[in-house]
Amino acid sequence: MTQTTRTHLDDLENQSIFIFREAYHAFKNIAMPWSMGKDSNVLVWLARKAFFGRVPFPVLHIDTTYEFPEMLEFREWAAKHHNLNLIVKINTEARARGIGYETHDPVTVTHELKTVALQQVLAEYKWDALITGIRRDEDPTRAKERYFSPRNAQFEWDYKDQPPEFWSQFVTTASKGEHVRIQPLLDWTEVDIWRYIQRENIPIPQMYFARNGKRFRSLGCSPITHPIESNASTIDEIITELEATKTTERAGRAQDHYERNAMQKLRAKGFL
Amino acid sequence: MNKAPSSSSSIKNPVSSIGAQQKLRVVFVGHVDHGKSTLIGRILHDTDSLSEGKIEQVKKACAAEGMEFEFAFLLDALLEEQKQNVTIDTTEIPFRTTRRQYAIIDAPGHKEFLKNMITGASRADAAILVISADEGVREQSRRHAYLLSMLGIKHVIVVVNKMDLVDYSEKRFREIEQEYRKFLRELGLDARTFIPASAKEGENVARASMKIKWYCAASVLEALDLLEPQQRDTDLPLRFCVQDVYRFDGRRIIAGRVETGTLKVGDQLVFSPANKSSVVAAIEGWNAPENNGPAVAGDSIGITLSEQIFVERGYVASHENETPIETNRFHADLFWIVREPLRVGHLYSLRLATQDVKCEVVSIERVMDSSTLESKVDGREQLERNEIGRLTIQTRGRLVIDNHDRIPSLGRFVIIGDGQICGGGTIFGGVYTDRTVAKSKNIFWTEGKITAGARAMRSGHRGAVIWLTGLSGAGKSTVAQALERELFQRAMHTYVLDGDNIRHGLNSNLGFSPDDRVENIRRVSEVAKLMADSGTVVITAFISPYRMDRSRAREIALESNAEFIEVFVDAPLAVCERRDPKNLYKKARAGQIREFTGIDAPYEAPEDPEIVVHTDRQSVDESVATILEQLLPRLRAVE
Repeated sequence: MTQTTRTHLDDLENQSIFIFREAYHAFKNIAMPWSMGKDSNVLVWLARKAFFGRVPFPVLHIDTTYEFPEMLEFREWAAKHHNLNLIVKINTEARARGIGYETHDPVTVTHELKTVALQQVLAEYKWDALITGIRRDEDPTRAKERYFSPRNAQFEWDYKDQPPEFWSQFVTTASKGEHVRIQPLLDWTEVDIWRYIQRENIPIPQMYFARNGKRFRSLGCSPITHPIESNASTIDEIITELEATKTTERAGRAQDHYERNAMQKLRAKGFL
Repeated sequence: MNKAPSSSSSIKNPVSSIGAQQKLRVVFVGHVDHGKSTLIGRILHDTDSLSEGKIEQVKKACAAEGMEFEFAFLLDALLEEQKQNVTIDTTEIPFRTTRRQYAIIDAPGHKEFLKNMITGASRADAAILVISADEGVREQSRRHAYLLSMLGIKHVIVVVNKMDLVDYSEKRFREIEQEYRKFLRELGLDARTFIPASAKEGENVARASMKIKWYCAASVLEALDLLEPQQRDTDLPLRFCVQDVYRFDGRRIIAGRVETGTLKVGDQLVFSPANKSSVVAAIEGWNAPENNGPAVAGDSIGITLSEQIFVERGYVASHENETPIETNRFHADLFWIVREPLRVGHLYSLRLATQDVKCEVVSIERVMDSSTLESKVDGREQLERNEIGRLTIQTRGRLVIDNHDRIPSLGRFVIIGDGQICGGGTIFGGVYTDRTVAKSKNIFWTEGKITAGARAMRSGHRGAVIWLTGLSGAGKSTVAQALERELFQRAMHTYVLDGDNIRHGLNSNLGFSPDDRVENIRRVSEVAKLMADSGTVVITAFISPYRMDRSRAREIALESNAEFIEVFVDAPLAVCERRDPKNLYKKARAGQIREFTGIDAPYEAPEDPEIVVHTDRQSVDESVATILEQLLPRLRAVE
């Protein structure tokens, strides 16, 4: 008997690998933002699957300078573990101007230290494509995304007039100054991510696991990222918890909820 | 060292958990305002699939905009959508029944948003077509169904919504069912289920309706749960589409996706369009289970080959007995989705699986109205947005295709203009040829694409080598030319190879030593074989005194399955010497020419020639007649 049955996770993995390879073929100058969060690490893992053990393009960390120390420690370890070509970018200019959570609202700080930092590093390296780890189930605005999603020179996302995408054919050209966001995890859900981390034994930061009755469900800048009440200290327990919960994944991310449609506004301006 | 906790293997058994099961994607389509979004909102609500606070959030948003809450708003998450009260793009939303997971793909009803609907529907396993009971079947009800059929969606559930507006009338429901079922049948769509429902009131959505007592079949969710997910195309012929070739380390890995069929180590693959074969040495992977068995449809894999042949992106691997079609011209139905019309003769890019070639539309045979299914033949030179055309496409390079009804993933393509996807098409009417028949035993022989049989069918006769042998002065050249004339007059392709056209060119570096004679005849044999393979009746006129050489000539001709007919042009040496047309015997007798056949070199007469002519007793015409009598039956095109 031959093993020909495939699971839902197999389907997702196959689709993601296909997208990685299409992206790598279509774009000469490509990079992959890496937040060290769980999705980001799944992305690195899938890239290694797609390219037989290596990540053949640079991996970018936008360092807001508000990172959890544990995350920075993980960054150094994982970059070596996966043999990554790691580029770290800080918007030093904005920090010099005094932009920070101590004095500014989270939407402004996130825009400056993440989106503007990304614009700066993109201009510097002239990447024409970025591979991102966003998923449709994270936020309603992300549900509208394409696997290959063009951004204009101003980083704007024209979500009202997106290119059609069918039969595994994608928009694979970017004009000068524009870039294409490639999103191999679009079809994955939060639970899929966890099941895959478990199946593949993918290294992730320990902050996702409960300590003293609290754990982080989503990781961002330390001043505006809050842990949830939880005793889930294993992946099985996390999955059980997620299957019961009705709270959104990014509820602990303050910048999303600062005002109505904050996420929409952030994303239209170029936030991942 | 991994920092993550070690994984348990408990989820590896797909039966043990819902999350590991296949998810069914369902696209919701239908005419604008027929209630798709309301139905989706109702399903999410009734299956308790919304996140905490979502209903509250939407209610608050409604209050802020001064609007009454509706189920449809649960979907309209974007600010602009809430303002305009229409769905503008494709949304994918998960929900779950006790049977399995679903992803809802919401497709908008507005005509100008066709590309979003196609984007959404192309990913779907099944479709729910929503028709409002009060308005009945409308333009988009039909257009969407047409596109679903082109996109290859097999499962369709029709929900006749807003039954509350027609007092749950069975008569009204049956009218709509009858009309629409007929339309769907013409498209080849199998709509098993028509459900009378009211999404607003929740009738027949998640639960059986008490108000629609005359209907006792499945509710919407029950009907969904009854669907079987579309089977992976594992039983179809293998199509492995090459995405890239990686040489990151010592290995040369051919990466791609198995679109259909199965592929395993040891398989002999034929790569089209190069038509080269090699055997799968290994299926490569990183952190993949050992001995994972064959790769099946849907798998993204990498393979190494046992024999290094040239392969690049766009190549399609198949098994030898089930090869795809190679062509540069084909027929297709094509939908066009951008403002700028498709123009005949304009240069576009065409992408089919991982192939990318330049193409132009040669002609538009018909333009179909996707709403009425009427097609018009009007010699159009362009196809407008939202139209569907039946057309002929010519590509600049060779394209590997299948008919859409045989292998969908190799039978559909997109047209790219200006970097944008402008339309999509499905291929029909392509003719498959069995490539194994065309192959000779010797696999290194590069067989032309056009088979000997095909050439014979066109010219009405087979190619052949008529090998005349005999002494100098026996009349080979004379007979050859007379024979050539006879064949030519019968409209046959024929040509004479003799010392005049061979010795002065191709073999000008050869003399008359035994070695050179052998080489001379070898070259003549090879040329004759090629010409015979091209469909020509080749007549050779050389002394060719050695049996060994003539039998090699026969073998060479047989390599390409060409007919070889040895004709012994016989005349006694004395007769030949008397004729001596070129004064060669005289020179030989005088010692001016060495190693002259019949004088100081042997002539080995054929032991079992196909035909013998005696030019000392027969005239040229009689000799030719003898040859024709036996030759012509052998040249007839068969099959």
